[in-house]
Amino acid sequence: MFGYYFDLALRSLKRNRGLTALMIVAIAFGVGASMTTLTVLHVLSGDPIPGKSDKLFYVQLDPRRANSFKPGEEPADQMTRLDSESLLHAARGDKQAMMTGGRAAIEPDRGGVGRFLPFDVDSRWTSADFFSMFDVPFVAGGPWSAIEDQRATRVVVITQALAQKVFGTAEVVGRPMRVEGTEMRVVGVIGDFRPVPHFYDLNTDDFGLGDQLFAPFSVAMELKLHSNGSMNCWGDGDAIPDQRALGAPCDWIQFWVEADTAAKASTYSDFLVSYSEDQAKAGRFERPPNVRMRDVSEYLDFKKVVPNDVKLQTWIALGFLLVCLVNTVGLLLTKFLRRSGEIGVRRALGASRREIFVQLLVESGTIGLVGGALGLGLAWLGLFAVRHQPTSYADLAHLDLPMLAVTFTLAIVSSLFAGMLPAWRGCQVSPAIQLKSH
Amino acid sequence: MFRMKDVSKVYRTEMVETHALRDLTLEVREGEFVAVTGPSGSGKTTFLNIAGLLEELTRGEYSLDGVDVKSLDDRARSHLRNEKIGFVFQSFNLIPDLDVYDNVDVPLRYRKLSRADRKKRIEKALERVGLASRVKHFPAELSGGQQQRVAIARAIAGDPKMLLADEPTGNLDSAMAREVMQLLEDLNAQGTVVLLVTHDPEIAARAQRNVHIVDGHATDLDRGPSLVKVPAAVHA
Repeated sequence: MFGYYFDLALRSLKRNRGLTALMIVAIAFGVGASMTTLTVLHVLSGDPIPGKSDKLFYVQLDPRRANSFKPGEEPADQMTRLDSESLLHAARGDKQAMMTGGRAAIEPDRGGVGRFLPFDVDSRWTSADFFSMFDVPFVAGGPWSAIEDQRATRVVVITQALAQKVFGTAEVVGRPMRVEGTEMRVVGVIGDFRPVPHFYDLNTDDFGLGDQLFAPFSVAMELKLHSNGSMNCWGDGDAIPDQRALGAPCDWIQFWVEADTAAKASTYSDFLVSYSEDQAKAGRFERPPNVRMRDVSEYLDFKKVVPNDVKLQTWIALGFLLVCLVNTVGLLLTKFLRRSGEIGVRRALGASRREIFVQLLVESGTIGLVGGALGLGLAWLGLFAVRHQPTSYADLAHLDLPMLAVTFTLAIVSSLFAGMLPAWRGCQVSPAIQLKSH
Repeated sequence: MFRMKDVSKVYRTEMVETHALRDLTLEVREGEFVAVTGPSGSGKTTFLNIAGLLEELTRGEYSLDGVDVKSLDDRARSHLRNEKIGFVFQSFNLIPDLDVYDNVDVPLRYRKLSRADRKKRIEKALERVGLASRVKHFPAELSGGQQQRVAIARAIAGDPKMLLADEPTGNLDSAMAREVMQLLEDLNAQGTVVLLVTHDPEIAARAQRNVHIVDGHATDLDRGPSLVKVPAAVHA
């Protein structure tokens, strides 16, 4: 019967072209606006590392002074260098990585002067486990080792794009590269790696293009390479000459740990408390142990990565869809009740109320299908406009396959929802009255 | 075939209670052609609607081809209506968007027959009313008489046991009316019960049996008032 109802729906839609167009346009605008904002929300609030997001934890300690302590407050946002290196060396997680953002000048090698002008790239000063923890895809070579971390070996991992730009090829493993005046050896080349959002460091750009060069943290410290991101100092931290020094009372490093099971995560949390107590005994920490371990999604929520205006726009667009649907309900009601005569005839000829209800719902769904297709076009236009906005996530605003499915589902479900009341009223039409007055 | 006993129909609003039928008792047997007459507002149409399962009765009993219709839900009533009853209306009630073929197809669709079976029945019904060559025409392209013949084809396509015709010639000129009446008589001759509501005494005179309804009460003009009520023996 579905095919029959669909055929009847098409005939009916052709009959009242103006009314049909009005309903389709109403649904299309509602769906288009909703899908534009939902797509942006979907992109910004997606899981940046599916399959591992519940195993990776952002770690916080509280080494700050006791005088400004308020019970229940959050620990320091980032970690001091001393605590990071201590936790890294303790190696109590399945894996752990310390890191900070940086910026480095890439220069042509001495023999090749003139091949290109020096340029800066976004970089990351980190430790060996970073690559395996965050599923960084290598196309050649691999990460450096923990021993190279300790020895501050001059090694780098670079992106394929950077390799192409500097060397004209991606096959550069083992080749030297001049970074901030120091020759470093390329040990690995990575492919596309742009987690959205840039969850492992939310102190720089949440939705930026990502890092192009990675080097051991120890190397960056020895060479005093430039760091990016925020830094918070306490005590005499603001006055000391090198705030990145090992013992400086400043938090500026992100520390992540991987714990593959909930039990391991709990054990690691206990370890952090015990570490804080030890530091307090040693006179470094003044506050009671105050530690946090947030997995990726908890950390993104905590940092409110999705901008509030995006959430607001989504609610406004859904409200607009609701208004469009209410209009569609009215139009469908008019359309169906104008067909009371036909409904009466069908009832007399053997259609049950349920069959009439389904027939009218199929007609509503057909309007939704066409409205969805048009809405998809409008969403595409909306996202095109978003991509031309001056926001860091602009270039990410694309409809993907799941959102395409959501568009049609939203359109059809919305129109079925809008069709419920009119279809119900339609199937309640008394055939006896209609047949006499038709 | 058709048995009503003490059937009453009351329409209630907040202010008024209207008795459209009062204790109407009537039996129609296989093969009968019954004309139902009566003044406007007498209850003829209400009677036809109840007989056609388009309205529920307020009190009394009604069985159609051995089925007590009072106990049926909407789905079962619709199914029974589709199987047993064909309707012919004064204003034809063809669906304007559908061509002749698709109009005749409507009741068959609800019977969930195969495409081939439906095609066979539609062609046979249209042949019987002499419109086999007009399958692709739309109602607006046909004369009144032709439209009524399509409506009759639609009514008989499912081989119903009973045809309910409400003023089927009311909108036709006399030549066309005769044509339609002849068609109904032919169908009756082939075994279909015809229950026809009419104002026209000439049309009523062509029926085998005349039932007159006044103020919701029925009188059998051919058999006399006492015979309209179904004898106890028939019920037993």
